[in-house]
Amino acid sequence: MKTSAHVLSPAAGNASSQPELVNIEAVHKFYGDHHVLRGIDMSVKRGEVAVLIGPSGSGKSTLLRCINHLESISAGRIKVNEELIGYREKDGKLHELHAKEIARQRRDIGMVFQKFNLFGHKTALQNIIEAPVQVKGQKRVPAERRALELLDRVGLANRADFYPAQLSGGQQQRVAIARALAMDPELMLFDEPTSALDPELVGDVLEVMKDLAKSGMTMVVVTHEIGFAREVGDTLTFMDGGVVVESGIPRDVIANPQHERTKGFLSKVL
Amino acid sequence: MSISTSSRNSSVTDRKPDLIKAVPVRHPGRWVGAAAIVVLAAGAVQSLATNPNFHWETFALYALDANVIQGVGWTLLLTVLSMIIAVSLAVLLAFMRQSENPIYRWSSWFWVWFFRGTPVYTQLIFWGLVAVLYPKITLGVPFGPDLLNLNTQDLLNAFWAAVLGLGLNESAYLAEIFRAGLKSVDRGQIEAAEALGMRGTRIMWRIILPQAMRVIVPPTGNETIGMLKTTSLVLAVPFTLDLTFVTNTLANRSYLPIPLLIVAAFWYLVVTSILMVGQHFIEKHYGRGVENTARIAFNPAALRAAGATSSATQSPSVDVETRIEESDR
Repeated sequence: MKTSAHVLSPAAGNASSQPELVNIEAVHKFYGDHHVLRGIDMSVKRGEVAVLIGPSGSGKSTLLRCINHLESISAGRIKVNEELIGYREKDGKLHELHAKEIARQRRDIGMVFQKFNLFGHKTALQNIIEAPVQVKGQKRVPAERRALELLDRVGLANRADFYPAQLSGGQQQRVAIARALAMDPELMLFDEPTSALDPELVGDVLEVMKDLAKSGMTMVVVTHEIGFAREVGDTLTFMDGGVVVESGIPRDVIANPQHERTKGFLSKVL
Repeated sequence: MSISTSSRNSSVTDRKPDLIKAVPVRHPGRWVGAAAIVVLAAGAVQSLATNPNFHWETFALYALDANVIQGVGWTLLLTVLSMIIAVSLAVLLAFMRQSENPIYRWSSWFWVWFFRGTPVYTQLIFWGLVAVLYPKITLGVPFGPDLLNLNTQDLLNAFWAAVLGLGLNESAYLAEIFRAGLKSVDRGQIEAAEALGMRGTRIMWRIILPQAMRVIVPPTGNETIGMLKTTSLVLAVPFTLDLTFVTNTLANRSYLPIPLLIVAAFWYLVVTSILMVGQHFIEKHYGRGVENTARIAFNPAALRAAGATSSATQSPSVDVETRIEESDR
């Protein structure tokens, strides 16, 4: 279990000519003595869908949460759009960013949570316009118009005035995606978006994510949906024990895993 | 498989099913209990009506007395103003307690420790004596020139001393209620707001506090009603216009304490009842989005959408089931 991450270069193909949007270099994360991330290197090109899989406790969600600084990293660098996340480097020293600057960085990074985390006291529409109005200072009327478009896009145009508790899990998650999109992010993070859903509701959420990927959104997706990874993912990264065990084109990794641990994991989830 | 399907089909008909008409369980104990309570209540009413020592004529004489009504007014004013101070401070204290700044956290903790740890009666006496402790209040630069010079007596008369004493003491209790409320909101709400680029006070104010209010309002209503009656302690300041002091004075003058105690109790009950009505509406407001099962019927847009959905799925009744339907796609 040393930090000898066996990193393959990510997928070639049409995305190779485009610049990297996310750059993760030698990232470590400790919780006290617990070494959760043990030297992660990874990059995601603009327009690419990177899928992260791995057993629970492998650090994949932690890594995702480091990308928008919900967790701070203990070592290494994470850059989004060439900008260091959470810190400023000055004279070879890292300075913590002020909360205001971190908030500004997060504006451009949408996140979708396993448990949806819709604001319970606000309707679907109010959930979506909250950040555009409060953070970006958009006017209410155009923000609402945009929100209705987004609701329509996720198939919930007639649920605008529903409170989260009146929606099914699948509907809540689609509202949560619309809420993240309302900030016009250049990157979307998905943290096991379908894990808390009843099986018959998973399809609708994956469908929305598929459309989003097709529209060219850069996405990092932590999921257990291998089918989604194969169909939509440009890269598939398998993590275990805080390291990247294997990474490559999803079809290849799934059909022909190079590593024993990958084989073991895939045989259980497929 | 085919057998079970056909048997299920045979029971699905348009014929109305034979509804169960079961004999309900009898509860003889309830009748015995009810009878006992009726007897006790009748006894109480009889004694109230017939015992001359209640002096109902004196009650009637003083219930609408101008001094008493003014006393009710002062009591209400004390309650409202001290609760406004207490709630404002409590929000601040609770936010400070959640802050990442340790100085804020410790200050908040110290405030609660001090004002909760000393009797409100003592605090009221103290505020009444502030003018003795500090005859003059001077605003100025420490060791430098004075900018403003005021007589404490003018600034802090008995009424404001009472309001301040009650409000500061109450703020410590309310701060704990608000803290519990803020803690009751799922951490995921903060993370979701942070991920959207919101931060700090705005997250607290717009996302966390409104949802915490559902937990905060009932005990705060409790505290408000408690405050209404704690105002009777303001004679410690001394402030002498509140309901209890006025009725006590009248009782001493007429040598009839009991009817005037009843006058006071009557008015406290009336005001408490009004406060409870107010609390009901505040609770309803902050319960939105939570009492979801009842909510659909009140939410016209939701009802419309649900109606459209249910007609699409040929389900004639609009009920809570619509919230788990995915048929709108």
